[in-house]
This record gives sequence, structure tokens and C-alpha cells, in this order.
Amino acid sequence: MLIINCPWCGARPEIEFRYGGEAHVARPADPAAMSDQEWADFLYNRTNPKGLHAERWRHIHGCGRYFNAVRDTVSDFFVTTYKAGEPRPDIGESGQ
Amino acid sequence: MVETTATAEPLAHYPLDALAAGTRAIGAARLTALGPVSRLAFRGREAAIQAAGEAFGVALPREANRRNTANGRHALWLGPDEWILLAPGADPAPLFAAIETATTGLPHSLVDVSARSVTLEVAGSKAAYVLNQGNPLDLSLDAFPVGTSTRTLFHKAEIVLSRITPDTFHVDVWRSFAPYVWEMLEDARRELA
Amino acid sequence: MTNRFRTHSGGRIDRGAPVSFRFDGKTYSGFKGDTLASALIANGVHLVGRSFKYHRPRGFLSAGSDEPNALVNVARDAARMSPNLRATQVELYEGLKATSQNRWPSLGFDAGAANDFVSPFLPAGFYYKTFMWPAGAWKRFYEPKIRAMAGLGVAPTLPDPDRYTQNYAYCDVLVVGSGPAGLAAALAAAESGATVWLVDEQPELGGSLLAERTATIEGKPAQQWLSDTLATLAAKDNVTLLPRTTAFAYFPHNMIALAERVTEHLAAPGADLPRERLWQLRAREVVLATGALERPLVFPDNDRPGVLLADSARTYLNRYGAKPGDRAVIFTACDAGYRTALDLAAGGVAVVAVADLRREVHGELPARALAAGIDVRPATVVTGTTGRLRVSGARLAKIKGGPSVDPVGASETLACDTVLMSGGFTPSVHLFSQSRGKLVWDAASGAYLPGSSVERERSAGACRGITGLQRVLEDGYGQGEAAARASRDASSPARGATPPPGASSKSFPAQADDLGTDGFIGATPHARNPAFTKAFVDWQNDVTAKDITLATREGFRSIEHVKRYTTTGMATDQGKTSNMNTLGIVAEALGESVPKIGLTTFRPPFTPTTFGLFAGAARGDQFDPVRKTAIHDWAAEHGAAFEDVSLWKRAWYFPKALPDGRREDLHAAVARECKAVRSSVGMFDASTLGKIEVVGPDAAEFMNRMYTNAWAKLEPGRLRYGVMLREDGFVMDDGVVGRLSSDRFHVTTTTGGAPRVLAHMEDYLQTEWPELDVWLTSTTEQWAVIAVQGPKAREVLAPLIEGIDLAKEAFPHMSVREGTILGVPTRLFSVSFTGELGFEVNVPAHYGRAVWEAIFAAGQPFGITPYGTETMHVLRAEKGYIIVGQETDGTQVPDDVNLGWAVGKAKKDFVGKRSLARASMSAPDRKQLVGLRTTDPKVVLEEGAQIVADPKAPVPVPMLGFVTSSYYSAVLGHSIALAVIKGGRARIGTRLSVPMPDRVIEVEIVEPVFYDPKGERLNG
Repeated sequence: MLIINCPWCGARPEIEFRYGGEAHVARPADPAAMSDQEWADFLYNRTNPKGLHAERWRHIHGCGRYFNAVRDTVSDFFVTTYKAGEPRPDIGESGQ
Repeated sequence: MVETTATAEPLAHYPLDALAAGTRAIGAARLTALGPVSRLAFRGREAAIQAAGEAFGVALPREANRRNTANGRHALWLGPDEWILLAPGADPAPLFAAIETATTGLPHSLVDVSARSVTLEVAGSKAAYVLNQGNPLDLSLDAFPVGTSTRTLFHKAEIVLSRITPDTFHVDVWRSFAPYVWEMLEDARRELA
Repeated sequence: MTNRFRTHSGGRIDRGAPVSFRFDGKTYSGFKGDTLASALIANGVHLVGRSFKYHRPRGFLSAGSDEPNALVNVARDAARMSPNLRATQVELYEGLKATSQNRWPSLGFDAGAANDFVSPFLPAGFYYKTFMWPAGAWKRFYEPKIRAMAGLGVAPTLPDPDRYTQNYAYCDVLVVGSGPAGLAAALAAAESGATVWLVDEQPELGGSLLAERTATIEGKPAQQWLSDTLATLAAKDNVTLLPRTTAFAYFPHNMIALAERVTEHLAAPGADLPRERLWQLRAREVVLATGALERPLVFPDNDRPGVLLADSARTYLNRYGAKPGDRAVIFTACDAGYRTALDLAAGGVAVVAVADLRREVHGELPARALAAGIDVRPATVVTGTTGRLRVSGARLAKIKGGPSVDPVGASETLACDTVLMSGGFTPSVHLFSQSRGKLVWDAASGAYLPGSSVERERSAGACRGITGLQRVLEDGYGQGEAAARASRDASSPARGATPPPGASSKSFPAQADDLGTDGFIGATPHARNPAFTKAFVDWQNDVTAKDITLATREGFRSIEHVKRYTTTGMATDQGKTSNMNTLGIVAEALGESVPKIGLTTFRPPFTPTTFGLFAGAARGDQFDPVRKTAIHDWAAEHGAAFEDVSLWKRAWYFPKALPDGRREDLHAAVARECKAVRSSVGMFDASTLGKIEVVGPDAAEFMNRMYTNAWAKLEPGRLRYGVMLREDGFVMDDGVVGRLSSDRFHVTTTTGGAPRVLAHMEDYLQTEWPELDVWLTSTTEQWAVIAVQGPKAREVLAPLIEGIDLAKEAFPHMSVREGTILGVPTRLFSVSFTGELGFEVNVPAHYGRAVWEAIFAAGQPFGITPYGTETMHVLRAEKGYIIVGQETDGTQVPDDVNLGWAVGKAKKDFVGKRSLARASMSAPDRKQLVGLRTTDPKVVLEEGAQIVADPKAPVPVPMLGFVTSSYYSAVLGHSIALAVIKGGRARIGTRLSVPMPDRVIEVEIVEPVFYDPKGERLNG
């Protein structure tokens, strides 16, 4: 069971959290203006990197907040966590 | 934080009524169902926070997972814009009205959730040990000092866990999960009999 | 023959506490402190099991958790029966009953042993090669036969009556293993003030020190030093000592799973204690002091009862006072054989000879053996043993050339009753490897050792290849100090550098034999016919050296493939004694070095773990929370049958007692309940519906974005049916929403969808629209909900309600008002899921039962009828109302289920709107909701049944759709069904077929509203 550093509550056990998919995939401001292909990309296509991955977590059984984390998908270790709305920290590129 | 164990009005039924009547006396981890509490869920923007605390009579804590207490009432930080306000034995309606009045025009949400949950107490030298059979947090006094309140888990139920004294914890749990939590606590403390 | 092989004195057994036990029906005696293995050995019993494949007689190989052979069944009663326990770890208690396994009819004569004689026909991969033909025979013949033959112990058939508990715990430093390195590490960490846990799988802490006879530490005999050190540790508040506790799994972020056996050693465990306790321990730093396991030597007939590991024999002798035999032949590739020889000689066992695989023998231990008059034979191998149920002799032969390739000279048979072997020691890197640390091959010691760490852990002592008691103690102390230091730095995700051996601030002068790192990996040479020789590598899975070389000849190169093909290392011992020798044999056969061959992966658990430990308290009624409404007990008292809906128990139907004493069945009860609602009034517990209070100045705007409907113009006091989509356009949930004021909505969801809907809303609110001033609060459990439905509903409720005018004009259909009932605050909805005039009374849950009872009493003049979920389903299906999750499966857009009217066409955007604009979402051949009528009105279709145009069409028959809901409508007098069918609305009036296994059912496609299609009854 991983320890995840909630930006609000600090280090807490994984069981209190829910995974929320890739981070920084913002809902388009005007969906109607998008082509079917652009909309499908937004809905379904994700980077799935081997290496550093910015992703969403929710401390659902804690403060309830969604936040973002950078996790290494190879080692499963978290590099950092940060509040929703903050930019992705500059800590290297995601993998291929 | 809820000192009364008196039963409420005759019309009310509580989910732990029957279970609490048949509990074993185990000194190292005593288990008690506490009496009725007014519970108000307060959410809001910065401007409303102070006004709500003043109307309730307890300043809302701004530090994560802390609890402020005054005049027998408690304000628990549950999230950065979320508090639960507890007033044991009080009628929720006038309390609700007072806070609504004080926060009129300030962006916020106040919801009466008095009947949503019940509170039980685990007390004794082995209270933390018993809770750690279903709760994954570090309950040492350093990591979880008196004055801590947080939403967390007990086995498969979500709870709000509060440390009242070094050896006294309160568990607030949604009513339909309360018998499950109670039975699991009974199971956990059985080895201390 | 009572304890004939017991020494006269010494050992850690309590000779003042005799213990009587039974093995295979015969009574023996041992002492408190014995294991089942040591007590049997003291009684001269070595034959304790039959092997897995060849049913060869087997004895003890080791004295610890690495034991592959001596698996026994221990039973307290028919339910408390544990198969496959290692006799070397079973603590003796008064009255213990153990039986051997895998033999029939008896241990001494086992019919399955015939496999041994046909073994030339049972090579590696035998199963894969033999049972291929004829194809049909596998299911009918081979598999049942193999299943009957396979497996070791027998599982109990009764439920486990014991309790198991689980605890989360935290510490600064966890030390795994309480041998000299672990003790020193714990001491160092404890002295620094860190909270320390020291765990060991054995009943006593001390590890190898428990078998020390002559060593001294800090001027004290080793065992005295041990008890002093344990007393020091036990006296510290910051130290937790856990014997009988196996660290069986190393999970990420230093979570170690510990299995503590609490009552297994007690003759009469109380009912309140758990049998086992699972600790999920989170340690800031871990010190692995797991020691090393002695390797067997792979020589012909090395599996006869009486053939043991040399250091295990020494443990039996020194720790338990149990002699492995009267006359011992020792076969060794290192100095451990000599240490055992000297201890045996001192303990009164005749040492016939020491055969040493090494060509030259020098050093202190061999010299002492020679001085003691022991027959030491360098460059000598054991090429076989004699005896059947117990070894009676060993064949010794001189090696002509190098140790592993050259043939040997003529053999000489020496009479003996025990053969003790030592191939050197393999560091126990299981947990290190589980932590994903990288192992490195150390050519000097011929072992894989811990390399770089991934977790915050460090290894200490023999498990990292350090030998010599003083160096091990000092390494342990140094690692303990370093771990305590590192544990104070909470920020560092990686551990500090491992200090080199001896980097300890404290010195531990010790006198003890240093066994060094000599050893042998592979199969020892012999000149016997390989077809008729078995030199075992893996005792438990009966894998021989020949099987492994055969696998390499058949082309298996990867050790992972060799492992699976031969099954070596795949038994419950996971190759603790066999992995390295397998590697050696493969390396030699392929002419490669050991590190080139690689190493199989170590996986949890370190030793087998009970299911009970993993289940803990989550079993039976406590497996999941059972959620009950405030009205549940009333329903139970009134005979309701219940069904599970997510975690909730919901009243399913209320069967009435019949005049003959039986109760109505589902069909009869539902018919009665339906008719009551349609003709008078019924009441239904709808408390499980999910509820969310959406509050804030931007509440209406938020609702606009989350639901397909338009909310801005909904007036306070009115209700609206809302439809929620996922962003992909498919229906996710639905429910009635009440607007209480301009900034407050009372939202209801489906019972099962409540948490999902709230999380979905929170996601958008927090991450997409954090600027909206609106907040969500779950009120599912705040309100008990009582639906009162039927033409008489208003008449029942009106006298009870205060503060609300129930008149039709004042309180029209789809309205909400706040008032009181019995003086209790209520939110009263005029709403119907039945098609009749209806109300839903929301009251704070604590008052739910009292209000229910009051309505029930008030309804008596009208014959008010409590109804359950089944009647609710029938009534709504008669009206064509969908249930999300029944008529939908996550691939329906609103129009598919006739909810196009609920989509606000003028709205610029809402979640899912863009997806609805895709052309395929409005294609005419999408599956659409329709009704079905069977030609025979009594036939009720099966839900899920497929619908086709022509059942005689060539396969694959095109499927047009399927039945989603199907009931018998007592009110209408015929069956009804809902279905989704391709282009269904255009097919209304046509006929299709529902093919079933025994017949084809003809159906007519109809409008999905069967009852009161104009909706005139809603307004009463």
C-alpha cells in the first residue's frame, strides 16, 4: 500500500485515495466548436507514459480534494503532489 | 465531545440502540453509543468562514484535520472549505437559522445532517490499538494528537475520527454503517476481554 | 522406545514439562519447547511423509521454515485442521494430534510408491507430454485421475471456527530476524530512542544463537548473552518483540506484512484470542537480518529418511537435545560439516566419517575434527545411500579430478543411520528481493547478495554474506545505528548509504567458529547409471538433477522456463533449498556461469499463509457493511423478504400468511401489492435513494451543466425529473430534483449510483469549474423516504401533515413543500414512480420508523398495503419508466430510452452534449426502448433474452436486441416486457422472435407504456 502525500492532509495511506486518470486534460471551453476527432481525442486518448506521469488523485476518504501527482510508472514512487489548478512542476519530461 | 448518553424524544430510533444495550464491559477499550447531536455541514468561501464561526460560537479551524472546541460545541476541519459543526443535545433548527442569518449574502452552503450519522466512543488504554484493527492511520500521540479530527476509514466504512483525550476517541459514522462499525469494534476488542 | 535419542542434558527444552502427543495414531512424548520434528527425532522417528510424485519415503531435511519434506496435518477437531504444516515449525503442546500426508494406505506401505518404479517413464514435463491424446480423454479421464493423485494435504470441509485479526501499525525501525545481526541492530536502534520492532518466525528469539554450544560474546556464553540482550530489549518502552511472527511480504513504501501466530502453540486457546494476527506494519526503516539457509548436496538417494542438513542436525542436538541418530556420515563442501561433527561427537553420536567435497582441507575446524579422531576424507563424495524407510549406509567414493565433472573411483559403503550434508549457505535475500532491490552475484562467495536498494531498507549479517559471529554482530549494530539515524529524516525517500561491515560504534568481542564462504552449487559427481539414480534437487516437487539436465537438453535455456517445465522451486517451500542447486546444474549443463543463467523471482509469501489471516474479520455478516434503512426493522417484523441492492437490504415483498399457515409466494404477494396501489393506496420505503443537497448562489448554473435538463426556470417549490450523462453522452443516472429555494436543490439519485454521482459532480466542480459558488453535501442518510402511492394517498396523508395544503391546486403533481408530520420536519414531494397519485415523505432518518408507523395506522381504513421493490418494479414497468442500469447498460443516449424530451435543446453546453452531436448517436438503427407483448399472455419472457427476426436464419443469427425488464402484470392480466431493439420504434406493430433453448417465443413490438398511457391518474 503506497503512501500518498495529500497537499492538504500530508502523508496518508493509499486506501483513502481514488485514482482519477491523467492530469491536465482540461475540458474544452467550447466543445461544440470541436471536430469529432478532436472531441474523441479529448474523451479517450491519453499519453500512458513509461516514466513520469502527471495524474489526478482524490483524497476521497479524507479531505475530499482532487489534486495532482507526478508518479513514476516504472517504480510506482511519487515524485511530487500539488493542488488542482497548479501547473505541472518542471521535473523532467514524461517518458516516451 | 458528546457527553450525554440520554435517549432523545420518544419518536426517535437510533441504529445502535439494540447493540449498545448488549455490549461487554472491557476496561481497556470501552465502547459507548453517544446521544443525539446537532450536525451542520458548512461549506463556503473565505468571506463566510468567520461569520459562520461567530454565529456558531466556535471559530472554524483553518489548520487541516484540527478541531476547535468552545462551550461544549465543536468545529471540525474536514476539508479546505468544509467543516462539520457539532452541538451535542441542541435542536438543529435554531442553530441552522442563526448561522444562515449571519452568513446571508456570503457564498456558502449550510446543510443539516444531524440524522445522517451517529457518534460512538472508544476509550481506554487500548483504544488506539482497537481502532487500528480497521483504521490505517498512525494513531500514536505524535502523529495523531489530541485535537485531531479527520475523515478516514474503519474497515470498509468511512468515518470521522476524533481524538478527545490521549485514550478517548470519537467515531462519527453514517447511520447505516454504524452497526457494521460497532460489530467490528466489538470483534477488535474481544481479545482484551 | 521413549526419547531414546534424547541427550542426557542441555538444550532449551523444559525437561521438567513432558508433553504427550500423537503422530499417525501412535502416542509419543516430548518436552515443552520441542517442535513436532525435534520430538519425533528424539523418539527415533524419521519417516514422516511420502513425496509428491514418486511417493518416496521422506524424513526431515531441515529444522526450520525451509523444510520441504516433513509436511503434516495437525488437527484440533474436524474444523480446526491444518494441512501441509512443516513439522519443524509445529510447536508441541499437550494432546497435539498430527498425521502424515500423501500416503495410502499407510506411511510404511504406500501404494502410490509404484510411481517410483516406473519413474524412468515419468520424466520432467511428463504431464505436458503424456496427456495429449486422445483429445477427449483429458476431461473424462486424465484430469480427474491426476487431480485425485495430486496435492499434498487435505483441506478441511467445515468452516474455520477460529478468529483472525488485522492490525495496522507504525514504527521507526523494523528488524526482521532475531539472530545475532538482528539483535545487535535492534539494540542499536533502541538505544537511539527509535521505536523498534524485532520480529522472528520462531517461537524463541535468538536465531542461530539458540543452537550455540561453545561460542562466547562479550565474555559470556552466547546463550547467556542472548537472554541478557533480550531482557535489555524487553525492558525498553520503545521496543516491541514479536516471536512466532513471519515477515512474509514486503510491499511498497516499507509496508511489511507480518503473520503472528497467537494461539497455535497453546493446548487450550481461549475463544477470545485470535488464532493469528496480521500486522500491516509501516516502518520508516527496515533492517533485514534474515540469515542464511544451508544448501543440501545433490547426490543419489539423498532423500532417504535420516538424510538431513548438517547444521539442522546440530540444531536438533544442541537446541532440542535430540540426536539425529547413533552413527552419522557427514558429507560436506564447507566447514559446517566439521562443526556439526564436533558437536555430535560431544553429544554422544558416533561420527563414522566426514566426506569433504573439497580437494584440500585445512583450517581450524577440520584440524579440530582430526584431533578428535574423526575420519576425515578430503576429495570424497557420497554416491548413494542404502536403506528403505531409513538410511542404513552411505556409499563413499574418491573424486578423481575436479569436483563436479570428473568421474569417481570405486565406492565403499559405510554403515550409518544418518547422513548429514552441507553444501554451504545461501543468504536469505527473499524479502530484499521482494522489495525490488537488485541482487548482485558475488563470485568470491558463490552467492547472490543484496545490491542497490529501492526501499528504505538495509541488510545485515549473514543475509548479506557476512560471516563470523563478531563481524555479524558489529554489522548488525552498525546497520541498526544507521537505520535509526535515517528514520529521523522523514523527508528522504531513498535510504542512506549502507555502512560497510564493521562500521559500528560498538565492538562485540566474540569467540566462535567462522565457517567462511566455502560451498558447492550443483550436483555432485557419481559414476552410477543416471537412468536408475535419483539425486534430488527439489524434495517437495520430486525434481532430480536428471530432470533439470533433461530440460536443458530439450532446449529450455531461461531459468524461468526450466523452473516451470520441471516445477523445481514451485512447491510451498518456493525453492528455499533448491533454487541455487538448480542454477548450478543448469549453468553446468549449458556451460555458462551462474549469473548468466539469472535467478527466478522471489514473491510473497515467504512461507505459506492462511486464508484466515487475509480475511481477518471480513467474513460472514461482516464481510461487507449491511446497510439497513430506518424502516428496516419494521419490515422485518412484518415478514418482509429482502433483496440486496448494492450494500443495502431492501424490502423485496411482504408475503402475507395464508389460511393454511403457509405464506404467499413472490408472485401472489406482488399481484396483491400491485392491485392495492392501483385501486387504493400502498406505501414503500424509498430511503435508499441517493440524495445530494446542491447549495450556493451558482446552484442552478451547476445543475444546468451537470444535467441534460434546463433548471434556470424551475421555480422554487417544484420538482423535475433529471437525466445525467457521462461526457461520452451515455445515460449515467437519473432522479427527481426539487428546488427548495433559488440557491438550494434537493437532488435524488438511484440507490446504487449515489456515491458515483456525487464523485462525478465533485470532479467537475473541483477541477473544471472551481469558480462556481456551489457546494455538494450527501444527505442520503439524513432522510428517511416514505412513498405513499395510489388514489387514496392524499386522503391518508392529509390529516397527518401540518403546514402544507395538500389540495390538488395548491400542491400539484411534481411539487415540493416543507412542513411537519407528527411535529417532525418534512420535505413533502408530490411525485410518482407508479403512475398513480403519489407523495414521498422525507423526514430526518431517526424519525423514519415513527412516521412510517403513523402513516400505516392512518392508512388502515383504506387497506394501506406496504409493498417492496418487486412491486415497485412492476408498477413502473407498466408505465414504461426506465431504471438506469436495467434499461440502460452504459451505451444508451437519452433518445434511445425515450428521454429525448429531457434534453434541453436550447442549452449551449452540458456534460455529454458534444457527444450527442456525433452522427452515430442519432442513427436510426440504434437500439431503442420499446414494449413487448407475448402472443400467449401467460408467458413471461426471460430478462436478457435475445430478440431476432428469423430464428431459422443461418448462424450467426443477427441479434436485434434483448429483453431488459419482464414481469407478469396482475392488473393488466397479461405479461409485459421492456426491450431495446435496433430501430425499435419503427418496428412497433410488427412481430419478432425470442429464441429460447426449448422453444421460440413470438412477441409483438408495442409502445412501452402499458397502463394509463395518457397519464390521467397522476393527478388523482
